[in-house]
Amino acid sequence: MDLSRFKRRSEHEWEIEPHGAMRVPGVIYATESLVRDMDDKVYEQVVNVAALPGIVKASYAMPDAHWGYGFPIGGVAAFDPEEGGIVSAGGVGYDISCGVRSLHTGLSARQVRAVQERLADCLYARIPAGLGSTGSIRLGASEMDAMLTGGARWAVKRGYGEAADLERIEEGGCMAQAKPDCVSDRAKQRQRDEMGTLGSGNHYLEVQNVAQVFDAELARAFGLREGATLLTIHCGSRGLGHQIGTEFLKRMAIAGSQHGIRLPDRELACAPIRSPVGEDYLGAMRAAINCALANRQILTHLAREVFAAIVPAARLELLYDVSHNTCKVEQHVVDGVKRELYVHRKGATRAFGPGHPDVPPALRAFGQPVLIGGSMGTASYVLAGAESGEARSFASACHGAGRAMSRHQATKQWNGRHVIDELAARGILIRSPSQRGVAEEAPGAYKDVSEVVDASEAAGLAKKVALLEPLVCIKG
Amino acid sequence: MNHATSIPRWEHFDHMADIGVRGFGATREQAFEQAAVALCAVIADPVNVAPREAVAIECEAPDEELLLAEWLNALVFEMSTRKMLFSRFVVRFEGTRLAGEAWGEGVDSSRHHPAVEVKGATYTELKVSRQQDGTWVAQCVVDV
Repeated sequence: MDLSRFKRRSEHEWEIEPHGAMRVPGVIYATESLVRDMDDKVYEQVVNVAALPGIVKASYAMPDAHWGYGFPIGGVAAFDPEEGGIVSAGGVGYDISCGVRSLHTGLSARQVRAVQERLADCLYARIPAGLGSTGSIRLGASEMDAMLTGGARWAVKRGYGEAADLERIEEGGCMAQAKPDCVSDRAKQRQRDEMGTLGSGNHYLEVQNVAQVFDAELARAFGLREGATLLTIHCGSRGLGHQIGTEFLKRMAIAGSQHGIRLPDRELACAPIRSPVGEDYLGAMRAAINCALANRQILTHLAREVFAAIVPAARLELLYDVSHNTCKVEQHVVDGVKRELYVHRKGATRAFGPGHPDVPPALRAFGQPVLIGGSMGTASYVLAGAESGEARSFASACHGAGRAMSRHQATKQWNGRHVIDELAARGILIRSPSQRGVAEEAPGAYKDVSEVVDASEAAGLAKKVALLEPLVCIKG
Repeated sequence: MNHATSIPRWEHFDHMADIGVRGFGATREQAFEQAAVALCAVIADPVNVAPREAVAIECEAPDEELLLAEWLNALVFEMSTRKMLFSRFVVRFEGTRLAGEAWGEGVDSSRHHPAVEVKGATYTELKVSRQQDGTWVAQCVVDV
């Protein structure tokens, strides 16, 4: 991107001054090299979001921002219903509540390495991954609605996991004001046999080694020490969320024009928060958040069974579960005034700082854990929400590395089998139903996650706590 | 005949995080059919998918671009709920409605090697148009 299009407010803050239809400025948090490498489309999309009704303060992009549909991936935008603010299906994304859950395993890297092959094979056998895979649970109509209302809380009631898990999940594991009635029969049909499945693409389940600790105090508070291992799950609301995204994109595209919302691009489709379509979307989206939380809860249960069978000493306890594709109602102070805003984070992670009431009590003094997934075979990070993030980005940080090249380019450059062999030689075991999928997700197809995380910290969005390296990766 | 310019045909186009699907045809119907082949080729090689069974598909939208997204999304839905892959298509238009057929078979991972699920068709780069030489083009980016 051409840097002369920005006003550089500080080392890591790049402003697009309001022009044309923009109601607020655009702000990108990144290093100079990350901004230079970003697609021009990111600029265009940040500008377009800044023109939407009721947007507050600025249209933000995180250091890992890239070209999305409508909103950029890595985009953060807050809207005020009192000022005609909107909600947008494209501002949340198709995989509603896609997110990351990490659990302490209670095992050292040495203990994991002693059983690494068996653990990889058994996890792969137990965790349904890839296209066409189904879970063992079939949900009838009333159970479906109970799941969509209860989220991870529903899953725990049905025997998947423990009540203590819920404290370490956003919203206590259950998103309030979900409306299963606003979820179409088709969306429910797509989910009927997909509970407890990982999906495909960049979704994975990993066993990771804590390779480095950056902040000893925060690491201690989060229970992280070098040489310990974690289990991390990255996935979302499966077919149900995809179907809701698809259906509401169309409804909003048609309804938006009736509300007099003029858009430079159809994919920005949105509806006023206070409109029938807006309210229906919020009810359906919250149900999809519950679906994602229940799904990660069931996957956790399956992983616990595998660990218990192989290493009885293992105790899988939640560090945290945080989503990066959501729209949430939050209180934020803007120019000294507390306001209730609808914060869209699309490929951006909520990062509440120390003292925030929504951070679990045991962690509250330290800030919310921010879990940053690497791509298959590369490093992941644990960060902590920083106080300064509140004023900078409505308490939001990056979510991952972001692709450096398209899937098509990746398959031309790499062969799935070679990628698996190379990683195995480095002590990382990959299990996946698809060789082509592995090639498309090759580590080299992604940007360097470290640069993105360093930029997030330098910009004051979150603090680095620990670096995680994969030992086993089950890739969908 | 030069393959690159023959019709009907399909291709993928690059989009950083996702994949673009594009169909070319002598008619709008053909372009929609080819865009559907391109969609299925994101998941698996259509050459390996036998057209054993037909699924009837109907959809409707206020304009032809939204209709393309609807058609592709209907296919995503049928593949997902029936656990099928498709490789051959028939499209007919009736005003703002599309009545079509998708031919394919049940997913067999060992034979089809599916690479990735498609979450849905998006409105990014969504276009249905006729080129100067009369060829119809139907395209959009799909989210994977």
